[in-house]
Amino acid sequence: MGLDAPSPRHYPRKPADVYLFATCLVDQFAPEAGLDAVRLLEREGIAVHFPDDQTCCGQPAYTNGFPDEARAVARRQIQVFDRPWPVVVPSGSCAAMMRHNYPKLFAGDPVWAAKAAELSGRIFELTEFLVHVVGFDHRDAGAPCTVALHTSCHARREMGVHETSAALLAGLGGVTVAQQARAEECCGFGGTFAILQPDISEAMVTEKVASLKESGAQRVVSADCGCLFNILGRAAKQDEIAGRAEPSLPGEHIASFLWRRTGDPR
Amino acid sequence: MSAQPVEFHPSFAERSKAAIDDPHLRQSFRGAMDFLQAKRRAQFPDAEELGRLRDLGAAIRRYALANLPQLLEQLEGKLTANGVKVHWAETPAEANAIVLGIARRHAAKRMVKGKSMVSEECGFNHAMEAAGIEALETDMGEYIVQLAGEGPSHIIMPAIHKTKQQIAQLFAEKLPGVKYTENVDALIRIGREVLRKKFAAADIGLSGVNFAVAETGTLFLVENEGNGRMCTTVPKVHVAITDIEKVVAKLEHVTVLNTLLPRSATGQAVETYQNFISGPRKPDELDGPDEVHLILLDNGRTQAYSDVQLRATLQCIRCGACMNHCPVYARIGGHAYGTVYPGPIGAIISPHLLGLESTYPLAFASTLCGACAEVCPVRIPIVDILIRLRTEAQARPDAAHLRGSGTARTAGVSAIWRAWSVIYSRLGLYRLTTWFMSRSRALSPTEQGAWTRSRTPLVPAPKRLRDLLRERRR
Amino acid sequence: MSARDNILARLRAAPAGEALPLPDVAAWYAAAAPAEAATPVERFRANIEAAHAEVHDTDAASWPALLARIAGAKNVRRLLVGNGAPEAAALAGHADAALQLVPYVEPASRWRDDFFDGIDAALTPARSAIADTGSLILWPDATAPRLMSLVPAIHFVLLDAAAIHRDLYTAMKAERWADGMPTNALVISGPSKTADIQQTLAYGAHGPRELVVLLLRRPS
Repeated sequence: MGLDAPSPRHYPRKPADVYLFATCLVDQFAPEAGLDAVRLLEREGIAVHFPDDQTCCGQPAYTNGFPDEARAVARRQIQVFDRPWPVVVPSGSCAAMMRHNYPKLFAGDPVWAAKAAELSGRIFELTEFLVHVVGFDHRDAGAPCTVALHTSCHARREMGVHETSAALLAGLGGVTVAQQARAEECCGFGGTFAILQPDISEAMVTEKVASLKESGAQRVVSADCGCLFNILGRAAKQDEIAGRAEPSLPGEHIASFLWRRTGDPR
Repeated sequence: MSAQPVEFHPSFAERSKAAIDDPHLRQSFRGAMDFLQAKRRAQFPDAEELGRLRDLGAAIRRYALANLPQLLEQLEGKLTANGVKVHWAETPAEANAIVLGIARRHAAKRMVKGKSMVSEECGFNHAMEAAGIEALETDMGEYIVQLAGEGPSHIIMPAIHKTKQQIAQLFAEKLPGVKYTENVDALIRIGREVLRKKFAAADIGLSGVNFAVAETGTLFLVENEGNGRMCTTVPKVHVAITDIEKVVAKLEHVTVLNTLLPRSATGQAVETYQNFISGPRKPDELDGPDEVHLILLDNGRTQAYSDVQLRATLQCIRCGACMNHCPVYARIGGHAYGTVYPGPIGAIISPHLLGLESTYPLAFASTLCGACAEVCPVRIPIVDILIRLRTEAQARPDAAHLRGSGTARTAGVSAIWRAWSVIYSRLGLYRLTTWFMSRSRALSPTEQGAWTRSRTPLVPAPKRLRDLLRERRR
Repeated sequence: MSARDNILARLRAAPAGEALPLPDVAAWYAAAAPAEAATPVERFRANIEAAHAEVHDTDAASWPALLARIAGAKNVRRLLVGNGAPEAAALAGHADAALQLVPYVEPASRWRDDFFDGIDAALTPARSAIADTGSLILWPDATAPRLMSLVPAIHFVLLDAAAIHRDLYTAMKAERWADGMPTNALVISGPSKTADIQQTLAYGAHGPRELVVLLLRRPS
């Protein structure tokens, strides 16, 4: 973290095989988003491999000051994704952990430094992969709608991929992207921050929800589930308190949104 | 070093909660942050050029730190040759004692002060007051907060937390013969008149230093108001106080750093006054101080310096851009931190000044969003340093590097992360745990502590992604 | 051991970082984008005017009359001038009952009250100026002491239009600052100001409320 000016990246040609690192949040709490990411990739003729032994990137322990515990988990991922295929991650935050922090985590380690560097070189955030490697180009079959895009801080500042989600939405003919105030400001999730600093986190997410609603968007999409759970959970709580039956700010992972509008035969 | 751990009452949590519940304060900071962010953006229209300028700024600061002991000696030698007396202080108490010694020699009773965060760090005003010396802040913002009996809430804009109505009220209450007015020009005129008399009558002028140039023995100070120049020029004695890392090797390095400083800080292209001081007045000169002193303060900088990663903390040029862009600072303001330096730079420098035992909560008061590092004009890797300080706070005694390392560590929290690590790294254990969670999702708690105070609960999906993919393959 | 020795010993005991080259500042300024079409004089003028200074075009022969006229319009009665300064001599013929020239003869400490309360304006030369930021460079000395540009409410400055550098770096190199600094060098970019009350800009915080530049151009 702290790589505030990501250097321009060289992208490979479209591969025949990729790994999906689903992230623990998607696996347990938003599996549809993971499935839609698989569908988007398979439609491009890419074989998607999901190693069953994958777990979590290790970021929670790393950022909370437990690097040994993070290393144990990171080593497992390095072992699991051992074939030389690109690893596609439907989260800017987890992708940033594996791409930028694995090398730091194993710096100086005679065995693992090289392995961590090798894996980090083939980590791609999903929207980055769709734009720069796949060349995503599909007709929008959905009804006209206005959405707001929330980009996670790690996607924006560490991965430098805030433009790829926007580019994907801009390619959908029926979709208008609303501009919310202070789009670049953090939503207040920050992993354990939401638990450890509940008051500050609530103040941040409340303002984020307000600016998203004020943007005129009907729904919010994001390439990061952590932010989404925070934002949607806050909006739903406000609905609950106000006694509203319909969600005032629905939303979903951008993979699901893209698949629904361009590929879903349902 | 002050060995006693500092304790904050009320705690960071209590202070930040109080700030969040104060709508005036929230409005003051939000408005100021939006304003300053927009002004900074307008100053740097070319992102690539800014990137290269930041590279150069960082290189200048890193070069200075890499050669710090030699440069400090060179600075001392040049300043001494120029007629400036150089003093060294390891602690704030030593720094204050040096100033008191100078004051005593001149039988000084009245001191005017230009803006100096290092003097805040030293609790300077109280130390002078205790010795019967008036130490008057003369920067308008500092004057306002001193009048209110407060400290600065921002390192560049000390009174940023106050509305003009509050300032109008303050002036009307505290200044004899002053009527309530919200007219900003009128308020500034009032301050000007009060303080001009003080400049003319002061025995000693105290100032900070923005950069100290080793090559020429020059103290470089910037400001907009002119109070700084008053303090460094009118009284017969000028005492400058700074921290040891403010040294730069070359005079030309100042031009680069000062291209970054005002634009990053307040979004202005240049300050009104750039003041290069290289010595006391010469015999034929008609003004300027007869004596110039420089106090070089350590106060924990050598601890930061001793660690190759944490050394980058000392690259800071005190522009405040990190706090201007920090979403946490924007919500709670500067006072909630409880430290002299608030915001992201406060979170990473304060542990060296005060010890980690009292300051580690600041390192955890961040979402690690990286907005600070993104705007830092000298590319301090603030997020990496925050994570490192969290790691130090949780360190086992055998892995402790800093004063107060390990003081956040509790058996309970360590056990949780150990268990987490085992579950997430042992084959099958994660699968088993998550399988169990999804099957028992109906039993998921509806009260999930702090999370559900503001949000609906997180409930595992009935089927995990791995289950859905397996079904699909059949 | 003294505080000095302890601090330096701790710094010397710290692990060495990577060896770093002296940053190449010259290369940065050499590569900096060439100035827009506007001349240095035009850019200086636009920038310092944006900072609330007044700029008047004049020349070596006519500035005294112009200054007397402006001073009259601003109700300046007592104008501080450097003792034995050439500009004071040039202006002498324009002094009258309405505009009194006060030479800066005594050390400031001996006439502080009159200086702070009784002087309306001061006149100093500028050594040179900076186009990029609209700044004046002053090297105060016995004939133009430091406080002349600070204490009176109005500061008049004489600037030779041919002495405008692109940026501070260029000025420093051309004038060889590093070879010998004066006791005090100043770069001034407008009248004194503050935005410390609710980010509202106000001029005349502690220094001059007005900065008036008399730009001396060569007759063409």
